[in-house]
Amino acid sequence: MTRTPQILVALLALASLAFAPTTVQAQSGVFNPQTFTLDNGMQVVVLANHRAPVVLHMVWYKAGSSDEPKGKSGVAHLLEHLMFKGTAKNPDGAFSRALAKHGGQENAFTNYDYTGYYQSVAADRLEMVMALEADRMTNLVLDAADVATERDVVLEERNQRIENNPGARLRIEAAQKLFPKDHPYGRPIIGWRPELAALTREDALAFYKSHYAPDNAILVVAGDVDVQDVKRLAQKHYGPIAAANAAPRTSLITDAAIEGGETILQDERVRQPGWSESVLQPSYTNGNVKRIAALEVLHEALGGGATSRLYRKLVIEQAVAVNAGTYYDSGARGEGRFMFHASPQPGVDLDTLAAAVHGEAQRLLDHGMMDGELARIKKRLVSAAVFARDEMKTGAWTIGAALAADHPISAVENWPEHIRAVSEQDVQDALAAVLAEPRRIVSKLLPTAGEGS
Amino acid sequence: MRVAQLVIAAFIFAVPFTAQAVEVTRVISPGGIEAWLVEDHANPLLAMHFAFAGGAELDPPGKAGLANLAASTMDEGAGELSSEAFQQRLTDNAITLRFKAGLDGFSGNLKTLTDTEDMAFEMLRQALTEPRFDTEPVARLKSQIVSGIRRDSENPGTVAFDALFKGFFAGHGYAQRSDGTEQSVAAITPHDLRNFVATRLARGNLKVGVVGDITPERLGQLLDSSFGPLPAKSDGVHAPEVAAQATGRVEVITKDLVQSNIVFGHGGPKRDHADYYAALVMNHILAGGSFTSRLYSEVREKRGLAYSVGASLYPLDHSGLVVGSAGTANARVGETIAIIKNEWRRMAAGDVVQQELDDAKTYITGSFPLSFTSTDKIARVLVAMQVNRLGIDYLDKRAAIIGAVTLADVKRVAAQVLDADKLDIIVVGKPEGVVSKP
Repeated sequence: MTRTPQILVALLALASLAFAPTTVQAQSGVFNPQTFTLDNGMQVVVLANHRAPVVLHMVWYKAGSSDEPKGKSGVAHLLEHLMFKGTAKNPDGAFSRALAKHGGQENAFTNYDYTGYYQSVAADRLEMVMALEADRMTNLVLDAADVATERDVVLEERNQRIENNPGARLRIEAAQKLFPKDHPYGRPIIGWRPELAALTREDALAFYKSHYAPDNAILVVAGDVDVQDVKRLAQKHYGPIAAANAAPRTSLITDAAIEGGETILQDERVRQPGWSESVLQPSYTNGNVKRIAALEVLHEALGGGATSRLYRKLVIEQAVAVNAGTYYDSGARGEGRFMFHASPQPGVDLDTLAAAVHGEAQRLLDHGMMDGELARIKKRLVSAAVFARDEMKTGAWTIGAALAADHPISAVENWPEHIRAVSEQDVQDALAAVLAEPRRIVSKLLPTAGEGS
Repeated sequence: MRVAQLVIAAFIFAVPFTAQAVEVTRVISPGGIEAWLVEDHANPLLAMHFAFAGGAELDPPGKAGLANLAASTMDEGAGELSSEAFQQRLTDNAITLRFKAGLDGFSGNLKTLTDTEDMAFEMLRQALTEPRFDTEPVARLKSQIVSGIRRDSENPGTVAFDALFKGFFAGHGYAQRSDGTEQSVAAITPHDLRNFVATRLARGNLKVGVVGDITPERLGQLLDSSFGPLPAKSDGVHAPEVAAQATGRVEVITKDLVQSNIVFGHGGPKRDHADYYAALVMNHILAGGSFTSRLYSEVREKRGLAYSVGASLYPLDHSGLVVGSAGTANARVGETIAIIKNEWRRMAAGDVVQQELDDAKTYITGSFPLSFTSTDKIARVLVAMQVNRLGIDYLDKRAAIIGAVTLADVKRVAAQVLDADKLDIIVVGKPEGVVSKP
C-alpha cells in the first residue's frame, strides 16, 4: 500500500495499547461481568477483556426445543437455520457475506433451553454485527422454497448426528424413559423425524414471532469493548424493538412418573460396548447451591478424570473397564442430571461393570473421603476459574447459558465460594441422594448378538 | 463512491492490527535452547507448546502406533513417581501435561499457574527423560487405544480418510494410521518405547512456543532444566518426500448407513510452495469459506444436499494435498459428486472474479486475529510458525502476503492444482448408482 489512511494509524495505536501486558487486579468473581437491562427488557452482559482487539457478540433467545408446541418438534432448530436466510434490508445471505467481508466468523446453536447466534469480529465492527443481528430479530423474511431446502439440510444433519450414530440413538431412547411422557427433555433437539419432515414455513414463523423478542433475549458482548459503548450501541440498535410481553415459560419441573428401568440398543456397527446410568438431580432451577456444589465435588471425586475413584478402581485396579467416570449437569432449566458411565474391557459384561461402579460408589458412602481428598479437589476446582478467564469466550458462553436457562449470574460468579464451602458431610449427603433417587435410567450399547460383549 | 472506497480500503489494510500488537520475542536459553515468547501478565498462568520433527509416519512397519503409544504413556509415571502418583501430582496442582503424535511431528503442551511452574517444568523433564513405561499403564493405554481403533473402524468419516490416504501414499509412512492397528499396537514393547524416547526427542529437532506470565530470563532457566538433558541431535527423523498418487479412482466401502460419507482429494501445494497463499485464497473461494464458498452454496445452500461440505489445503512435511468431504443421503451421492466436480472444473478453468478474490482476502486476513483469544491458542501458532519456517515477523507480514495475491495468481494456481478427473473419491455407505472404479 502507498498511503496509510489515518484510520489505520489510530487503529494500530489503539491495538498496541490494548495488547500491552497489564496486570489485572484480582477480583472476587469468576468473570466479573457488567450488566444492565434495556427499557424493552433485553438483558445485556458485558465482559471486557483487552487481550486482543476482537469482540464476541452473542444473542441468546430463551427459546429452545423445550419451548416448542406439541407436534412441532425440531422447529426451534430449523428456525435457527432459517435465521440465515435474510431480511428485507439484508436479503439472501447478505448478513454472512458482510460479516465474511470484514473477516468475521459466525455460527449458531440450539439447545433444549435456548437458541443462540454469535459473531467474532474485530472490535471496531461491533456496531455492524449488532445492526445485523437486531435486524433479523424481528424482520426475517422466509419463502417456502428456502424452508424446503433448509429442511433437507437439517434432515442430512440428523442423518449425520443420529441415524448414522448408534450411541446417539440410544441416548434418545433413554431420554424418553428418564423423563415423563411428552416432557420436552424426552425428545431430541433436532426433532422427531416425521415431525421435522412436515414442518412448514408457517410453523417456523409462528415460533419466531412468539419467541424472538428483546425481552426474551440476552445480549452478551465479550472482548475489547467498553461498557459505555456497548450501552450506547445496544440502546441504538436493540432499544427500538418493542417488547413482546409473552407469557412466562412453562415450568419443566414435574413429579410425574417416569418409565425408568433399562434401555438397550444393539447395532452391528458397535465395536465398543458402553454402559451408563443417568439419575435426575437438582439443577440451579430447583436445587440449592449447597447441594449443587456438593454434587460437583462428588462428580470430581468419583469420576472426574484419570485420578478419580472410578477410574482408579475399574480401569487400573480391576481392569474391567477401558474407561469410567461421571458427569453432572446443573445448568438445565428443568432438572439436572448426574450420570455414571463406563466402557468394558473385552469379555466383561455390562452388568458386572455396573456392579463395580455401584460398589465403588457405595464404598465412598460407607467410608467417606480420605484425608486431604476434599481439600485437594476443592483447590483444583477453584483453579479452574483462573484458567477459565484465560479464554476470552468462556465467560460469554457460561454466563449466556446460565441466563438463558433462567439461572442467576450468581450461579456462575459465586461458584468458587460455593465450592470452598462444601464439607465432607455435604458430599456424603449428595451421594446418598444420588443413590436413593428413584428416577433413573440404565443405558446399554451393544453389538448385535453373537459378536461378543 | 470515493468515501466508501476509502473506508473499505481502510478496513482491508487496517486488518493487521494484531501483527503490531502481538510482540514475539526470540528467547535463547543459556544452554542454547530457543523458544518464541509472547509475554502476557494479565493472568497468573502460562502455556507452552512444543514439537519435535518426526511423527507417526516414521513408525516401523508392523509397529504402527508406536509414536502414539509413547505419547499416551510418557505421562503415566516418570522418575520416582508411579503412574498414579504422577497423574495425582498433575491433577492436584492443576497442571496440564500432554503429548501427541501427529503424522509429521511429536508434540506436547504444558499449562500451569505461575506459582506451580517449577513443578510443571520438572514434571515435563521427568516425562521426557525418565518415563517409566511400567507394565500396568502401558497395558491400560494399549487397551484404550485398541478400543478407539475398534470404534473408528465403524466411523464412516475415519474409514473414508484412511482409505484415501492408503491410496495416495501406498508404501510410505503416511499410509499408516497414527494410532496403528490392533495387531501392530499389541506388538509394541517397552523396549520400543524407551528406544523411541531415547532416539527421537532431541534439542536439534525441537520447536517451542510460550505465552503468558513469564520473563525471558526465567523462561530460559526453565527451558534448560526441562529440555537441556535431551540429546543434542536425533538421527532418523526424516521421512522421504512423496507425491500423492491420485488417479481419479472411486472406492465404495459398503456399510449399512442412512447417510453416505464422501471424501475426495488429490495433490496440492506444500506449505513452502511459492503459490501456497494463492492456493489458500483460491481454496477459500472454492470450498473453504463456511457460509460463503462455492461448494457450500451449490451443495448445501441451493440444493440442501448436505449439512457438511467443504475442502481444504492439507500440507504435510513431505507432501501436499487438497482434501474435502461431504455427507449426503445415499440416493443423492451421485448428484453431490457431480456438483463438486463441476465446481472443481469451473475454478480450474479460471472462472473467478476480482470481487471474489477481494472478499476472500479480507476474510483470511481479518479472521486471523480471532484465534488469538487464549494463551494456548497463541502458543500453538508460535510453534506452527517455527515448524513451517514462516519467520518471527510472520504475524506482521501475513496480511501483506495475502494482500499481494492477484487474480492472475489464483487462476494460475487453480489451473495447476485442480484436476477434477484426478480426484480420488471414497464413499462409505450405500450410495445408489455409484460403483467402485479402480
